[in-house]
Amino acid sequence: MYVYDEYDQKIVDERVAQFRDQTERYLAGSLSDTEFLPLRLQNGLYVQRLAPMLRIAVPYGLLNSTQLRKLAQISRDFDKGYAHISTRQNVQLNWPRLEEVPDILAELAGVQMHAIQTSGNCIRNTTTDQYAGVAPDELEDPRPWCELIRQWSTLHPEFAFLPRKFKIAVCGSAQDRAAIHAHDIGVELLRGENDEMGFRILAGGGLGRTPVIGSVVCEWLEKKHLLTYLEAILRVYNQNGRRDNKYKARIKILVKAMGVDAFRDAVEQEWARLKDGPTTLTTQEIARARSFFTAPPYRQFDAAESRSVLEEQAAAEPIFGNWVRRNTREHRVAGYRIVDISLKATGFAPGDITDRQLELLADLADRYAFGEIRTTHQQNLVLADVASEELYDLWQELQRAGLATPNIGYLTDMICCPGGDYCSLANAKSIPVAEAIQARFEDLDYLYDLGPLELNISGCMNACGHHHIGHIGILGVDKKGQEFYQVCLGGSQSRDASIGKILGPSFRQEEMPEVIQKILSTYVDLRQEDETFLATYRRVGIDPFKERVYAQGD
Amino acid sequence: MPRVIKNGRIVEDAGSETLTLDQWLAAEDKAQAVCLEPGEAPLPLFGHLEVIPLVAINFPTFMDGRGFSYARELRERGYQGELRATGEFIRDQLTYLARCGFDAFEPADESQLEDALPRLQDFSEAYQASPDRPLPLFRRRAGG
Ligand code: SF4
Repeated sequence: MYVYDEYDQKIVDERVAQFRDQTERYLAGSLSDTEFLPLRLQNGLYVQRLAPMLRIAVPYGLLNSTQLRKLAQISRDFDKGYAHISTRQNVQLNWPRLEEVPDILAELAGVQMHAIQTSGNCIRNTTTDQYAGVAPDELEDPRPWCELIRQWSTLHPEFAFLPRKFKIAVCGSAQDRAAIHAHDIGVELLRGENDEMGFRILAGGGLGRTPVIGSVVCEWLEKKHLLTYLEAILRVYNQNGRRDNKYKARIKILVKAMGVDAFRDAVEQEWARLKDGPTTLTTQEIARARSFFTAPPYRQFDAAESRSVLEEQAAAEPIFGNWVRRNTREHRVAGYRIVDISLKATGFAPGDITDRQLELLADLADRYAFGEIRTTHQQNLVLADVASEELYDLWQELQRAGLATPNIGYLTDMICCPGGDYCSLANAKSIPVAEAIQARFEDLDYLYDLGPLELNISGCMNACGHHHIGHIGILGVDKKGQEFYQVCLGGSQSRDASIGKILGPSFRQEEMPEVIQKILSTYVDLRQEDETFLATYRRVGIDPFKERVYAQGD
Repeated sequence: MPRVIKNGRIVEDAGSETLTLDQWLAAEDKAQAVCLEPGEAPLPLFGHLEVIPLVAINFPTFMDGRGFSYARELRERGYQGELRATGEFIRDQLTYLARCGFDAFEPADESQLEDALPRLQDFSEAYQASPDRPLPLFRRRAGG
């Protein structure tokens, strides 16, 4: 993982000092609310319904055990002893005190962390595949590119006051686990002619009020041009994006309004002058970025033997076997598995984690996974490099800490934004809906029978819970001051990305588990053989679901 | 006489009269100071960068960041004259403005100048290339 040198450290330290001064001026009354607003936002600080919320950057979801321990300590010393993993792979604290935020940022800087640009109208945390570097279907590790983008976008002087927030995702594998189609810019690593690797660049994707799938603006980009090309896109957006209406300010609206061809021409024109300029990446810099993401010292295992040992253990203890089957996945190195840690236990808000759990995971990461852990946009955690033969020990530890819920990729592994319990923008609460659904569908056999299912919940149009791209999406809406929920079906965030379709009139909170039940039974009745929910939906369309859910006197 | 920050110092400045973009476009003599508002991209100026003595870029609200790009567009095309930020930008934006190529700052509220000046020094390092430091950090790290 990337390690700061004196330059990186200095930039982060100076940022802390700057924010300390800004906070002091604000508290002394010499900086107005309006002026302080964008400054605190660009340091991750929101003011929410009940208290401020601090969003801490986890660049492309990578953390080491020292950072985990620091997060545990911060959540204990400055908050209520738990933290929350966001859908942008960041960590959120829900109860810090404004006066103490500069101290928190200083603590974070001590472990090479910060909260820079985690909110506000600027370039946000670049995200990627949570299995980067270990996935068998990977063409190239996206993380060095994420780090190069992180540095380029951090405190970029030209793009700190964009029309609206701006999100970039990078994908380096056959299956897209970074949802690049749903980002302002999607960067995809591709193998081109002559076997050379390069990028395809998408722009104008995004969720929110008007969900749009990104368009290809550049079919093939040589690697060294990545940053100048991104700069050209941002420059066109910064000058031409709408600023009169915040709901029309994202780049997706600009791309639509100009038409993708005209947009591409404008970008090419800007790029013509930036191309080959000083921001062009050097071979040396690319090599430097790569040097931080080399393979850890894996041990040599015999693949067949590791597999059979694991199978024996699984047979001897079916609960363990089930966990292995649901929460671990194939690793590109023989004798290793990728372990998903579910933060979706029934009775807990999706993505929440306590200080003790964080500390335990830091220890487990040190013991079993080369001291690293990852956050995912599904609000879970990943230990990416665990030797098969150690899975059993690891599982026992996780079990004891309530971290072995075997539901990864199933219905109860929901994505859910903080919603009305915390967020001042919310139309409706989202956590109680998630909890009610979790409680209703606790039966694991039923979940497994339903197969892979993504259920995403957002408390308002801002779509932090990515409801449009869930197979089942739930959106909190406001109906004459009452909290209601709209359901959409058929969204997908993978390579065949699609935006969900609205089922019909919205529902009251207490109706939601029953509505979900009806949708699921429709699927179960109509599916053919091994067909997934999404495949069935795509075959039969929305009508059968509609009929069942809205049937009279049912 | 209005006071402005210029080349890192507070100075009294006679203030040059600037034309609006429309006036400047209509004028025969292009060697005149001009002020751009958000939405007035500097494109028409590009052919006359050698004779224009001053370009002011106005920020009617500090949240409108178009002027940052205008400044870079001008500097990248070789504009050497004075580039002045005017209006409602805030002192916390000074380092960003300077790194985009502004060398003069005339905030709407000039009583803030003393407090604002040190903010130019908020950051001693930056990742990106900028007119005042044309090499991005990765090239400087590597020793040029
Ligand atoms: S989707 Fe809406 S309610 Fe949920 S966190 Fe985002 S802004 Fe808040």
